[in-house]
Amino acid sequence: MTEQTIATTERRPARPSPRPSGSTAGRARTRPKTGNLRKGEAFWGYLLIAPTAIGLLTLSIWPAIQTFSFSFTTWGSFGGHTFTGLDNYVAVLQDPEFGQALINTFLFTGMTLISVPLAIGLAALLNRRGLRGVGVYRTLYFLPVVTLPAAIALVWKLLYNGDFGLVNWFLGIFGVHGVSWLANGSTAIYAIGIVSIWSSIGYNMVLFLAGMQAIPAEYYEAASIDGAGPLRQFFRITVPLITPTTFFVAVITVINSLQAFDLVYLMVGPTSPAIQNAETVVYLFYQKGIIQGQGGYAAAIVFVLLLIILVLTLFQFRFQKRWVHYG
Amino acid sequence: MKIAPSPRRRRVLFSGLAAAASVALLLTGCSSGGSGSGGKVTITYGIWDNTQEPVMKQIAAEFEKANPDITVKVQLTPWDSYWTKLKTAATGGSAPDTFWMNDANFAQYASGGAIKDLQPMLAKSSVSMSDYVPAQAKAYTYKGDVYGIPKDVDSIALWYNKKLFQEAGVQPPTASWTGDDLLAAAQKLTDPATGVFGIVAQSTDQQSYYTTIPQMGGQVISADKKKSGYDTPEAIKAITFWTDMINKYHVSPTLQAQTDTAADNMFEAGKVAMIYEGSWAAAEFAAVPYTKQNADVAPLPTLVKPGGVSNGLGNVMSARTPHPDQAWKWLEFLGGEKAAALQAQSGIVIPAYQSAQDAWLKSPLSKTYNLQAFIDDLKVATAYPSSEATAVWQDAVQTEMNKAWTGDETPAEAAHNSATIMNKALAAEK
Repeated sequence: MTEQTIATTERRPARPSPRPSGSTAGRARTRPKTGNLRKGEAFWGYLLIAPTAIGLLTLSIWPAIQTFSFSFTTWGSFGGHTFTGLDNYVAVLQDPEFGQALINTFLFTGMTLISVPLAIGLAALLNRRGLRGVGVYRTLYFLPVVTLPAAIALVWKLLYNGDFGLVNWFLGIFGVHGVSWLANGSTAIYAIGIVSIWSSIGYNMVLFLAGMQAIPAEYYEAASIDGAGPLRQFFRITVPLITPTTFFVAVITVINSLQAFDLVYLMVGPTSPAIQNAETVVYLFYQKGIIQGQGGYAAAIVFVLLLIILVLTLFQFRFQKRWVHYG
Repeated sequence: MKIAPSPRRRRVLFSGLAAAASVALLLTGCSSGGSGSGGKVTITYGIWDNTQEPVMKQIAAEFEKANPDITVKVQLTPWDSYWTKLKTAATGGSAPDTFWMNDANFAQYASGGAIKDLQPMLAKSSVSMSDYVPAQAKAYTYKGDVYGIPKDVDSIALWYNKKLFQEAGVQPPTASWTGDDLLAAAQKLTDPATGVFGIVAQSTDQQSYYTTIPQMGGQVISADKKKSGYDTPEAIKAITFWTDMINKYHVSPTLQAQTDTAADNMFEAGKVAMIYEGSWAAAEFAAVPYTKQNADVAPLPTLVKPGGVSNGLGNVMSARTPHPDQAWKWLEFLGGEKAAALQAQSGIVIPAYQSAQDAWLKSPLSKTYNLQAFIDDLKVATAYPSSEATAVWQDAVQTEMNKAWTGDETPAEAAHNSATIMNKALAAEK
């Protein structure tokens, strides 16, 4: 990913780092040039983007268009669709299970967002000069990112086990009698949220580390000469100057968490009594579309989700002017 | 923790492996039998139970000996992903040539045209549907035509831990037990000091309410498959029978505890003294030294009247197989005496082929367990409840029942909600 640049006089307005807005800025700048390209160059250009473009078109864009058209149909058992207009959308919006899934998804997303400030704090600690064994720490925190979600889910499932889980053993030391965390409707979504925080900290931390290393050392030198302590430096220099990264991480975290599926599927699953209080929108989509064969209904579910993601992301982009400093 | 799912059990441990496999299978789909060039034809056979895989391969080898021009390829897909994969493959036309079917899903596949009507072939064949358990022969008939050849049947019986019974000074269960005897024994066997419960009240349909509803004189689905029977006093009593064991008498672990540690594993660890479990569990329990030594099985206690539920498997043919003649030969062989005998001797399943059931009673497992209990229960069992839209209502009903098990809803509330869900799905079928 591209890194944000810190204020320099010759580059104003500075190019924002996050991919979404960065791409539009890039396109605007290169547009006048395309006319000058010789035909041969254009041909090679298209040839080089062809593998990605074809993959994207056939594996993402075309299925998305198909899914959109499916959302207006009702499916037969083995193929065959009948057009039913907006029926699916009406049914989705009236389905209390969808409402509950939406609440669960927002709770999960909200919890996962806690990983953002935690990652900033960790990155700041690991960015201190002269810290010994920094490579070891960074590897340790990054480990969850390269671990299979299935393995993570399995290990956490054991930790959360009501009878012999380590979590309850630990609570037992303090005389607290723990419950079956993943099987209780009131605790399951939070238990999964904690795993989500734990597993996304590492990735976010690396992004923040990169952001912090782009901050010129002079700022800190100047600040310390003026008598600012480490905490003050962190809040007055580091935090404001990494806001472009923070913005990017927040946008991506929200988009990813709204599509959460694997942890719910692997850690709770359809037979748990807690599933209705833990299922996310995408899990509901899987259950309706793949297990119950109601493809049209499931397609409508994901398009409602797409709309929600779109609105939330647009809102984040609007709101960024208030707090993101591009220098 | 166990990874292998038991046949037909809907409560399964979600293992990472199975989930990863399901995703991989979704992506790759499945390839149908090879080309018939050179006279040699390959027939694929989809199954889900890894404990039965060796027997199935043995039967395939016997078949190939008799039919040198046909090769049978057994394709194992774990239960967790079997139906998902099969449905995708059947829709796309790449389902295995022949595959396992169960009572719950049969009507959907037959009405959807995904499996072949076997009636024309049956007419010219030596296979006679009267050789099979009548309920299963009927279960694989759709609108008067046979679409599947019954493979095996199961029944539920009362498994108990001899050692725990002896230690608590309780007489082992007998065929004359009633629901009250069961509860009294469970209360005596429950010991908070050692963490042992008298019984485990599972919420998995077949091992719980599907068994007790007919015993209370009710029914899950009406005979014409148009109406739910959940909102009857009999059904509500049958559900309360189980929920009381958890929430009133405290003689069973909670459903939450069973979600963390599967009920079978609790029984295998000596943490529960009794469990309603299927005939398929015999091989599973015998594989664990503790239950091999300490467990045995008795016929179900009678509530209001004798009864129970029996699920079964059938062998079916994909409607779009390129080799229907060879596939039929294979189905014929699978439905025959020899295949039934091989399955019976393995002891894993009760063959649907009735005359082979004696061989099952003499299988090596009979030296460990009183297998006759299952045959006794099979005689009074009714067919597994199903309709064309089983998949739509079955899971939703299970979710409702779970709420009664955890005490979030009363049994009456859960029963009425279940009836509403089911009646709506049944009405949408036609």
